[in-house]
Amino acid sequence: MPNSGGQQTGVKSDRRLQMLEAAIKQHQYSKDALLEILHTAQELYGYLDKDLLQHISRQLRLPPSHVYGVATFYNLFKLKKPGMHVVTVCMGTACYVKGAENIVSTIEREFNLKRGGTTSDGRLSLFVTRCIGACAMAPNAIVDGEVVGKATPEDVLRKVKSAMGAEMVEAR
Amino acid sequence: MKPDELRSLAQKESELRKSYRYRINVCCSSGCMPFGSLKVLSAFKDAVREFGVEEECYVARTGCVGTCSLAPAVLVEPGDYLYQNVTPEKAREIVKEHIVGGRPVKSMLYGNEAFFKKQLRIVLRNAGKIDPLRIEDYIAVGGYYALLKALTRMTPQGVIEEVALSGLKGRGGAGFLTGLKWRYVARAPGSPKYVIANLDEGDPGVFANRTLAEADPHAILEGMAIAAYAVGSQKGYIYVRSEYPLAVQTLKKAIEAARSMGVLGNNIFETSFSFDVELRLGAGAFVAGEETAILASIEGRRAMPRPRPPYPAQSGLWGKPTLINNVETLANVPVILLKGSEWFSSIGSKNCTGTKCFSLTGKVNNPGLIEVPMGITLREVVFDIGGGVAPGRRFKAVQVGGPSGGFLPEQLLDLPIDYESLTKAGAIMGSGGIVVLDDTSCMVDTAKFFTEFCVDESCGKCTPCRAGLYKLYKILDGFTRGEGSVEDFSKVEELCEFIKEASLCGLGQTAPNPTLTTLRYFRDEYIAHLVEKRCPAGKCFGNSGGGGVE
Repeated sequence: MPNSGGQQTGVKSDRRLQMLEAAIKQHQYSKDALLEILHTAQELYGYLDKDLLQHISRQLRLPPSHVYGVATFYNLFKLKKPGMHVVTVCMGTACYVKGAENIVSTIEREFNLKRGGTTSDGRLSLFVTRCIGACAMAPNAIVDGEVVGKATPEDVLRKVKSAMGAEMVEAR
Repeated sequence: MKPDELRSLAQKESELRKSYRYRINVCCSSGCMPFGSLKVLSAFKDAVREFGVEEECYVARTGCVGTCSLAPAVLVEPGDYLYQNVTPEKAREIVKEHIVGGRPVKSMLYGNEAFFKKQLRIVLRNAGKIDPLRIEDYIAVGGYYALLKALTRMTPQGVIEEVALSGLKGRGGAGFLTGLKWRYVARAPGSPKYVIANLDEGDPGVFANRTLAEADPHAILEGMAIAAYAVGSQKGYIYVRSEYPLAVQTLKKAIEAARSMGVLGNNIFETSFSFDVELRLGAGAFVAGEETAILASIEGRRAMPRPRPPYPAQSGLWGKPTLINNVETLANVPVILLKGSEWFSSIGSKNCTGTKCFSLTGKVNNPGLIEVPMGITLREVVFDIGGGVAPGRRFKAVQVGGPSGGFLPEQLLDLPIDYESLTKAGAIMGSGGIVVLDDTSCMVDTAKFFTEFCVDESCGKCTPCRAGLYKLYKILDGFTRGEGSVEDFSKVEELCEFIKEASLCGLGQTAPNPTLTTLRYFRDEYIAHLVEKRCPAGKCFGNSGGGGVE
């Protein structure tokens, strides 16, 4: 029988878990619904940690290796906690051709982090993505959900700094 | 819904549409949305109220007109006046001058007639002119009539025949005859049967399918329903990239609207035909667009392709016969049924009928979404529609077909766009990406970029793709630093041929195209890197940080 509590797998029993349980139930504990469940879990928790994946594997009666395998296969699923602020630079063809690489390397240099990583204080994550589809406005970056079109490295840097607040810049 | 209800609703809606002297279409697709179109939309509504012209001017939230570099774009009917870079302030002025005063504001108009002149819009027939969230808008322009016609006046075989006669080929890239595919699924033993609409547009730089879904979702749903009737299916899935949140939302609402209108569901138009559609979200995997990988993904597994045969037509979702069509293919279907296969096959070239949507991007003056008849030349697309490259720059190459498409030089620009000619030249139709490069782009670096993309996106199942592409990437990476010699060229070509021949699916089979075509048409640049140790475009040798495969 599906496991109703979350404690055994180390997932705290709270509202988010209730909503996840509801989604799993709605899909009738179907193994085929794994992707949908992972989407829901990530929406609720922001990322998929080991306990959460284990919990999902129990509920859907799938081997943990299968759940982990699927979660790592797809780029969209995040297994690590992202930073408080997120800058995503589009590295689709049009953006690359128009200099997206410079934006990425500028952010990397300025905040001393690598693409895909988070600053040691957990304040900023830098991701690259394959095409957000606004190719005619290339190059594009997304700072905390806001798209910056026809972006220069300076534009993006300014947006990131203002999102992070002035005290951060001064502290550097 | 009864057939008569569709007719009377269409009449009512089209009369309502005609009762307005003006219609302001504000593009709210993902190309324009980030640049403030919702604010512009409400500014138009406010201004129309302010000037008291609500009775004669309708403000609509629509999809994309294609001129994505002018975001936000606004189209005023009648006369198709296209305004660019509209702001809330400009919106007020447009209402004041154009709607109230009857004088279009010339200074804000998109002055480029050529962008539209050579286009022909069949798939994008309604894009930018109807509100995608109002099913009534779609019905007003003849929507769901083709489904009505199919269900009440045609047999499933008759539908398949009509589509076969039209010569329509799969727009997802492979170019397989749609009618033939439908026939295979219709004849395949087993039930239930499934229909999948492929909207996993994973190619970077390509946004035609997304735009279609955001601008005219019901065209996709109607095409699916007709396909389902033809092959004998009652259940369809749309597999859509989750990176397209607006397309997902639009499709969700369209499905709900279609259900409550009764054009999806049980006993559609009071016939025995029932059909329903569900959305399935991808999660960021380029390879998931491959037709056997899409099946695995919908079944909740890693999107890894499997060998064919058996083809999905025989053994698809959960082992049942499954029809997989690209959404652009499906959006053609209603028009073919209404206007006839003869009309459709008169468009385009002899072996390649109809039109194709392309995302035109890169170093071109008028980037955007275009739809052109098959057989048009690349030169017309790049220079007439695209307006060429920026002043002072020189055209270098055009990439056709997404990350695994080939690069074609200036001397091949007179090539007609069809599946055969492109493949022969080393490119592919792919899902319809055209990226223009000028003399600031380095071809070696660009080949490396696309190879890196394919290394990242390789699912790892078969060795030629997983290991071969990585090896290829390493060699190209060395080339961009001047490491290697011209003797390596034949090794690279051999490796490429091996990957093409031995890979399991389309990803590996086409991934070497960028390398092969750049080596073929831009060999001098490779020589410059390896012999003269310089990058003609000034990009390599540490001038710009490289990517790097982790």
